[in-house]
Amino acid sequence: MHTKTIAQLAASLKAGEFSSVELTQHYINRIKNFDQGLNSYITVVEERAIEQATEADKIIATGNAQPLTGIPFAQKDIFCTDGVKTTCGSKMLDNFISPYDATVIESFNNAGAVMLGKTNMDEFAMGSSNETSFYGTVKNPWNTEYVPGGSSGGAAASVAARLAPASTGTDTGGSIRQPAALCNLTGLKPSYGRVSRFGMIAFASSLDQAGTFTQTAEDAALMLNVMAGLDEKDSTSIDEPVPDYSANLNQDVKGLKVGLPKEYFADGLDAEVAKRIDGAIEEYKKLGAEFVEISLPNTHLSVPAYYIVAPAECSSNLSRFDGVRFGHRCDDPKDLEDLYKRSRGEGFGSEVKRRILVGAYALSSGYYDAYYLKAQKIRRLIANDFTEAFKEVDVIMSPTTPTPAFKIGEKNDDPISMYYSDIYTIAVNLAGLPGISVPCGFVNNMPVGLQVIAPYFAESKLLNVAHQYQQVTDWHQRMPEAYK
Amino acid sequence: MQWEVVIGLEIHAQLATKSKIFSGSSTAFGAEPNTQANVVDLGMPGVLPVMNKEALNMAVKFGTAIGAEIGKRSVFDRKNYFYPDLPKGYQTTQLEHPIVGLGEVEIELEDGSTKKIGVTRAHLEEDAGKSLHEDFSGATGIDLNRAGTPLIEIVSEPDMRSPEEAVAYMRKIHSIVTYIGVCDGNMQEGSFRCDANVSMRPKGQEEFGTRAELKNINSFRFVERAINVEIERQIDILESGGTVVQETRLYDSNKNETRSMRSKEDAMDYRYFPDPDLLPIVITDEDIEAIRATLPELPDAKKIRFMDEFKLNAEDARILTSSLELADFFEAVAKQTGDAKLASSWVSGELAGRLNKEGLNIKASPINANQYAGLLTRIQDNTISGKIAKEVLDAMWTEGGDADSIIESKGLKQISDTGALEAMVDKVIADNPNQVEQFKAGKEKLMGFFVGQIMKETQGKANPGQINALLKKKLSE
Repeated sequence: MHTKTIAQLAASLKAGEFSSVELTQHYINRIKNFDQGLNSYITVVEERAIEQATEADKIIATGNAQPLTGIPFAQKDIFCTDGVKTTCGSKMLDNFISPYDATVIESFNNAGAVMLGKTNMDEFAMGSSNETSFYGTVKNPWNTEYVPGGSSGGAAASVAARLAPASTGTDTGGSIRQPAALCNLTGLKPSYGRVSRFGMIAFASSLDQAGTFTQTAEDAALMLNVMAGLDEKDSTSIDEPVPDYSANLNQDVKGLKVGLPKEYFADGLDAEVAKRIDGAIEEYKKLGAEFVEISLPNTHLSVPAYYIVAPAECSSNLSRFDGVRFGHRCDDPKDLEDLYKRSRGEGFGSEVKRRILVGAYALSSGYYDAYYLKAQKIRRLIANDFTEAFKEVDVIMSPTTPTPAFKIGEKNDDPISMYYSDIYTIAVNLAGLPGISVPCGFVNNMPVGLQVIAPYFAESKLLNVAHQYQQVTDWHQRMPEAYK
Repeated sequence: MQWEVVIGLEIHAQLATKSKIFSGSSTAFGAEPNTQANVVDLGMPGVLPVMNKEALNMAVKFGTAIGAEIGKRSVFDRKNYFYPDLPKGYQTTQLEHPIVGLGEVEIELEDGSTKKIGVTRAHLEEDAGKSLHEDFSGATGIDLNRAGTPLIEIVSEPDMRSPEEAVAYMRKIHSIVTYIGVCDGNMQEGSFRCDANVSMRPKGQEEFGTRAELKNINSFRFVERAINVEIERQIDILESGGTVVQETRLYDSNKNETRSMRSKEDAMDYRYFPDPDLLPIVITDEDIEAIRATLPELPDAKKIRFMDEFKLNAEDARILTSSLELADFFEAVAKQTGDAKLASSWVSGELAGRLNKEGLNIKASPINANQYAGLLTRIQDNTISGKIAKEVLDAMWTEGGDADSIIESKGLKQISDTGALEAMVDKVIADNPNQVEQFKAGKEKLMGFFVGQIMKETQGKANPGQINALLKKKLSE
């Protein structure tokens, strides 16, 4: 069962080949068997999952199944889930049982989906390797000495090892696309505002966006159909019509104009990764796509600008974790200041503290103009680069990451080098565009991802382009030996 | 040296919306702690704010009422600081692009002259919760019912030069916000409160002195007192050769003194930045005009109309228009009785006096306008005299009921029957021959004596006009 895509599972459920309860139990068993070695889940909710599956089977029996009815999913532990521990990978929220559902969770519930559990992640989504989690490092199923990427590392590893058919993630600077690339998955980050952020624990509000980890673009479309849309509880969600994302998958890509930004193929890109990207470009050419070199001249500013904007927003977003109303509180505080200092000092890990400090500094009086304001201006320049580019091309393609997965611990003492592993993904968040990472080969048995970027709200185009590639390649179907 | 005080006020007016500025929780006052705080108000992980359109409209309405520029694109900012009753660790407010820009209001001074006071800006923001330090045996309780209640902070220019001007300005803003219905103006419940910036300078000097900010003053009386004691404090410092420190001070109304809360050196860096969870508010001219069209008659316009329509003098018109309820009360009584002068003196005199004495708002008046007009009608038709009317009013005030039923049950009806009155007059003349002689010899003051005798006899119910006329006639015979 676990080699099937969502689309195939839905067909099997509908045909009565197996029930949702059987399917759910199968995945629960796989988690029990395999996850100790991977650490991809923080919480598994077996009983709850079986209850949901039982309900789903009743609906399927009536013939009123929706596309996701009875399909099990793993949810990133950043989405508040009513009655379920929601930690965001932090000790700060180790005791936090959410009293409400995030809109994303609600959407899956309404679609009749089953939740297997909550996946591991870098603490408060801050990290590119899933090494900053309070719940320990997540391992890459392709080689457990390697990182799965981050921050949605658990979400990626769980699907890569088929401990869930698909999962949700969030992407602030590459946190879906980078781990998808490193784990051989299809990782979709929709346009900013496409999916509600309500109930998704905020890291950097103006960059955060929920998305999907799937085996195929076709599955991503099925999930986005459920997740996308205006949410009145999120003022930044956008009132843009939601098309049927599955509808245009089969359009051919003949004549598709693809831009290759020269800045994304410059120094720092691993030569072997570059070859895999070239291979993907060749496949697209065979399908009739046309390639042109383009320039995104402000690319070099994206990492510095991101590491002002994201920490600045996080320094404010994480102020609510003060030990007063919920979350970790230190023992025997002697006064209010002691309560704040120790609760936060004990509750947050070092990467989170680093970013809070950087952010607070960037916003402080006397530095605001030089840092935050300037970063926001750069952000506009970066967005303008893309707007200009999309006057010439339909989509942009690039490597998702400069290298395949690195080893666990390799970059622990070098945060700057870690930050640069997101160099190709960050600009997309700064501009608010949709992006997808698609498996396109291996280097030393470690996966490589191709990133496709589309104009605002052109997720249909993105999914169509990815799907067409997956019709003529099988990289996305490969899975790590040990989990077959 | 002659000193001059310079005062600017920051008024916080709670907007009279049903729900909070960024959540659907109720804003009603006085509920059990934390029963009006949902996940958004509690600042739970993952929650997001959604702006209450009604709060925005009310802020715009205030802006149009003071003829201010309206921010076509206003922005919410986060003001970051830690406090237990501030759930998110930041207050959502407006810093650089407030919803209301420059405007002005006119105040009236005691000598009858007027003065324009500039309003620098007014911005939308959320209120914090309350920390409760009693009843928790050493610990602190937190009530987040008020957290997220919408406020407009109205910032004046430093245009006021006396505590009286400050009070007049505060009253004027109070009357405007209550007239247009954007604030209930209830100062006991904290719906309308202010901070005062006070500094001194030698008279004639243009440059401002160093200011102190007096926090959280919640009555008109306290504004005046707080500023007065602060003036004295600053003059004492300056005249003994010291310098005033820029700081925040708390006014203690029990001790009638101000105390330092924190100095400028301790001032926090709030790390303001635009709230990424809220989009900028864009308002069109059409939106603004649509809101402007809903403005009721404002205090200044009403005052002019009262002077014009009811021939009131400026002072009476000012008093009667100081609150919408009082103005409505007067207008109803004036129209019903057809005698604005009578209505004015009885509303601003008798009624306002009684309300003041009992510390009541006119909304809490035990007598409504209809009943009040009923009382005055009985003066007009000579059923009772003015003096008896006050007695009837007393009864209406304490026991309730209409003037007519009280006049009837207490037998207060004026005696206007000419035959009866004539008999009384004849009797008083017959009983007091000495006084009659003196009167006829030219001691006309004795007229009062004769009237008094009859009033005494009738317990004040005799029609004074008729008695006077009858006495004059009989005594000159």
